[in-house]
Amino acid sequence: MAGLKKIDECRWMVPQKGGMKVPGIIYSSEHLMREMGADESPKQVANVAHLPGIVKYSLAMPDMHWGYGFPIGGVAAFDLRDGIISPGGVGYDINCGCRLVTTRLAYEDVRERVRELIGALFRDIPSGVGSKGVLKLSPKEEKKVLIEGAKWAVDNGYGTPEDLETTEDRGAIAGADPGMVSARAIERGREQLGTLGSGNHFLEIEVVEKVFDATAASAFGLEEGQIAVLIHSGSRGLGYQVCDDYLARMVKHLGEIEVPLPDRQLACAYLDSPRGKEYLAAMACAANYAWANRQMLMHWTRETFEHVLKKGPRELGMSLLYDVCHNIAKIETFVVDGKETPLCVHRKGATRAFPPGHPALPARYRNVGQPVLIPGDMGTGSYVLAGTEKAFAETFGSTCHGAGRLMSRTQATKASRGRSIVREMADRGITIMASGKGTLHEEIPEAYKNLDEVVDVVHKAGISKKVAKLRALGCIKG
Amino acid sequence: MNRYRVFNHTADLGVEVYGATVKELFVNAAFAVFDMLTDLDRVRAIEESNITVEGEGWEDLLVNYLREVLYLFNGNGFLLKECSITEIDPQHLKGKFSGERFDPLKHTMNKEIKAVTYHQIMVRETPARWEGRVIFDV
Repeated sequence: MAGLKKIDECRWMVPQKGGMKVPGIIYSSEHLMREMGADESPKQVANVAHLPGIVKYSLAMPDMHWGYGFPIGGVAAFDLRDGIISPGGVGYDINCGCRLVTTRLAYEDVRERVRELIGALFRDIPSGVGSKGVLKLSPKEEKKVLIEGAKWAVDNGYGTPEDLETTEDRGAIAGADPGMVSARAIERGREQLGTLGSGNHFLEIEVVEKVFDATAASAFGLEEGQIAVLIHSGSRGLGYQVCDDYLARMVKHLGEIEVPLPDRQLACAYLDSPRGKEYLAAMACAANYAWANRQMLMHWTRETFEHVLKKGPRELGMSLLYDVCHNIAKIETFVVDGKETPLCVHRKGATRAFPPGHPALPARYRNVGQPVLIPGDMGTGSYVLAGTEKAFAETFGSTCHGAGRLMSRTQATKASRGRSIVREMADRGITIMASGKGTLHEEIPEAYKNLDEVVDVVHKAGISKKVAKLRALGCIKG
Repeated sequence: MNRYRVFNHTADLGVEVYGATVKELFVNAAFAVFDMLTDLDRVRAIEESNITVEGEGWEDLLVNYLREVLYLFNGNGFLLKECSITEIDPQHLKGKFSGERFDPLKHTMNKEIKAVTYHQIMVRETPARWEGRVIFDV
């Protein structure tokens, strides 16, 4: 997009013009900006800046790419009195997110067992398109899931109460009202609880390859050579349906929004309106469902490790480092014009990165900042970062969420035609099992931006700091 | 004439659909969804259902219609083999679907389509034919 102005090494400004209420700011690097080519996401950053009640800037993280409505990697905060909430600004997969489980195992303990572990995880954890969980929830029970989130899972034997302490918002957003969730969404959620899903969702066995920040790593319980498991999943069909339902309702009432929207997918409602409040209550249900889902996936991961390695829970010491989401809208308080102001922060493909001392953090992380989990592309590994004051001041406490797509799925499929992706991964020492053959081709590593480069930008910009890098050993994909 | 064509859109799935008439365009749009989801040669038309959709113009109608088409699978586990449209105008559509229930032992699944978006939605009549464009979240 023409007209972008470089602010410093890590930031580009989208100047305010036309109907934009605020300027846009993109966190990136020269190379990532060049690599983006004709991608229209900077225009989408400008589009978001048109929305009523937007505060300070329309932001984008370095993993930004073209989405629909909001760009992926977009962050925007809205005033509660005259601002809006947009289902498209959260995304279809409400509370898509990651959780990282640390272990007492060292690389040497599992080096020869990764294949076996991945095979067992692939068998024990339902994944793939249309996969069903082992539960068929009664409507009454499902409503409890929607209100209680991860706590429901723990109360039903999937994990321990300590797991909740290191889950963002203790695994449940307040204000969830199942009455605001359609019969269709309830139906879609009934059989999918405890399933990984497909597409870019995965479960990966990793080893901590490098520690960058010893103090934070020690607080997070990470050390080089240690085995960990990363789970990336979301709210499944229930979340997609909630987004779809509310988007359709809001599109019908576009006339109620004071400004013409540049893209119908930006359809929204005022936060202080019945429709806005109803969406927030339904979105909270989907977010809570996702937390229950990831809690169950983690529980089965623990069971599989115990079973395969014939070791008890104590010996394995599989504890939840943190669970954090990257598709969500939340009411959080920030300083605006010198005053503490509650805002509705949309993070669509962006991760919360709260600073040391923030009351939302678990006591044990209070001195080092919130753990931020950044999944990479298939078989690459991931990063653990920590939230900073600068993120709190500049980006509404937000940072990047992953590598970010570079190629479309069709381009990736074309580029990988005739190749055995499983073999290529095996040559790099990574065991992969996938339900859908198509998925592997769409998710080839070169379809994504370089994760190191994306993380270097947020580190250099100071909106989170590098704590550790993990390398993938084995992965199950939907 | 091809019934549809997939085009590149970074994270999502863009589809252009064609038809000699607007009716055919809508039939082909439903075909495109299930042709992308599964191997249609393995699907039989043994169960029927009716569909009624409302919209505010062709584009809104197409999005609402494709929502229903996708829900056949995402909500009911039903694979669409054939579809016919009996009534259509920019505000409403009536049609019939036939197909069968998804059976993991018999049918294949190529990919998941999460939802239909409004992003860059387009329906237009050209001198030669009707054309539509839809972006799906996958």
